[in-house]
Amino acid sequence: MKKQYVFKKVLQSLVTIFFVIIFNYFLFRIMPGNPLAMIMRNPRASAEAIERTKELFGLGQPWYMQFFIYLGNLIQGDLGLSFIHKTPVVEVVWSRIMPTIIMVGLAQILSIVVGILMGVISAWKRGTKVDVIALSFSLITYSVPTFWLGIILIAVFSIGLRLFPTSGMLTPGKTFYDTLNMLKDYASHLFLPVLTLSLVLIGEYALTMRNTLLDVLTEDYMTTAKAKGFDDNYIIKKHAIPNAMLPMITLIAINMGLIIGGTIQIETIFSWPGLGRLMYEALNGRDYPLLQGIFLLITISVILANLIADITYSYLDPRVKS
Amino acid sequence: MSTIKKEMRKRKINSFMKSYKTNTMGLIGGGILTFFIIVSLLGPLVFPFDPMEFGQASDVLQPPSSNHILGTDDMGRDVFKNLLAGGRVSLMVGILATIISMLLGTTIGLMSGFLGKKTDMVLMRITDFFLVLPWLPLVLVLAAILGTSIWNIILVIGLTSWAGTARVVRSQTLSLKERPFIERVRAIGADDKTIIIRHILPNVFPLVFANTILVSAVAILSETTLSFLGLGDTTRASWGMMLHYAFQSGAASSGAYWYFLPPGICVVLVVLSFTFLGYAFDEILNPKLRRR
Repeated sequence: MKKQYVFKKVLQSLVTIFFVIIFNYFLFRIMPGNPLAMIMRNPRASAEAIERTKELFGLGQPWYMQFFIYLGNLIQGDLGLSFIHKTPVVEVVWSRIMPTIIMVGLAQILSIVVGILMGVISAWKRGTKVDVIALSFSLITYSVPTFWLGIILIAVFSIGLRLFPTSGMLTPGKTFYDTLNMLKDYASHLFLPVLTLSLVLIGEYALTMRNTLLDVLTEDYMTTAKAKGFDDNYIIKKHAIPNAMLPMITLIAINMGLIIGGTIQIETIFSWPGLGRLMYEALNGRDYPLLQGIFLLITISVILANLIADITYSYLDPRVKS
Repeated sequence: MSTIKKEMRKRKINSFMKSYKTNTMGLIGGGILTFFIIVSLLGPLVFPFDPMEFGQASDVLQPPSSNHILGTDDMGRDVFKNLLAGGRVSLMVGILATIISMLLGTTIGLMSGFLGKKTDMVLMRITDFFLVLPWLPLVLVLAAILGTSIWNIILVIGLTSWAGTARVVRSQTLSLKERPFIERVRAIGADDKTIIIRHILPNVFPLVFANTILVSAVAILSETTLSFLGLGDTTRASWGMMLHYAFQSGAASSGAYWYFLPPGICVVLVVLSFTFLGYAFDEILNPKLRRR
């Protein structure tokens, strides 16, 4: 049964990825004129890039052939040349992945731990001052534009208190004599971006944890546990929290979209040289091949994250069948 | 028949208002939003603002004074007047995008839930597709491709934010269409169109309402983010554009707090008011939540 479920989910994801590829292909062709015209209009496009794009798009051939050429190139990992960087899109994207993974990874760990704790406390003390404060925190961070939060943190911590650098990954022009010094410099640059993203995510996790926990508390088996004579502490720890943790797995996957949105803004503000900053550069340079490549990578990772969440969930929750 | 219906509707509205009046979150949200709507409707009439009219060199980045209560920006424009005009743009984007999203989501959800079978399958696949696509990147890419007029931005936000509403409407429609009263109406001889418009739509509407209020919050946030990232309409004075110029001119590092704080605070307050209203309506209208 479980195998069938996993197989079905994998197949569904593959179909979705295929649709994303088609969508991505046509999205960049709804621009007025043909792709070449749009590239010609871009003053940054070099003769080489134009030639390369011509070949890549299979211009002059019927549209279905063009699509198959695109698909073939894609499978071989060829996404064309970036206008700005004048190198293959795949190489540009690849060089920017690590900084993003480090920044997002740290923020995720921090916000999952803090968010779950906050949500549990909030649900436990429902209606008290602690709950109201936690709830307000969640709703306010949800309403603050991420980039603005970043600007405020820069104004307070970098400009005002001079505790952290405003932007970049390492202090420019500085030579490091040992790794420890370099790591220190790296960490001080990393601190504010991670803090900003965590602040955005903590509220989301806390709110969901609180709501699912409250949902679980109204389930019949909670009444049963109470009737058996267990005390409240025991019931919450052993019965409610494990059950409320399940939806969190899905949330972490669903949150991917939110995280990516936040990352674009945060990396832009702090000039953190990751994928988000790259997308900002591609957007403002109207570097369409690069933009298309990043968008494809982002959507496919979101679909895969959802797939992993679905499969994990099905193994953890025995109620999920096919 | 119609008097009974009117009486029932009146009773429903009365009971809604009664719950609303005791809902602190809802009252705060409603209050803030009403304030912003009135101010952005009347403000620009009293203090007209033209984003294309730049001030003198001596007016650039001046701190708050009696002449300019919130100071001036890097182009010598009055921040307070800009703020008033910006409210109009941001609220307009939020409301119009929400209407598009609501119409799309409701229609697709109703059709999917009521017609079922193949229609349901196809429509729900499309909905899932839009749910799984990361939202901000999609909006950014669409805006970059379509061009950055305010109407395109509204269209893009509306066209990409309906999926959640469609899901809610569909599941509600599915449960409604199995209820005995629909069977009765059908027995009298009502056709599908009448059933959907007269009997199902009024029953799903409250939930749609709670759901789309949250969409407004997201729409305003997206316009702000879009403009900030350089994809805004440069001919309109939205709060997002103000923040864009503020960041570009280095207002944060030069300590021009009067420039980058007010637009951000306004965005937060308006989004917060929509969020509060959304949560309040959900609490009042969603029977499952009332139980807790």
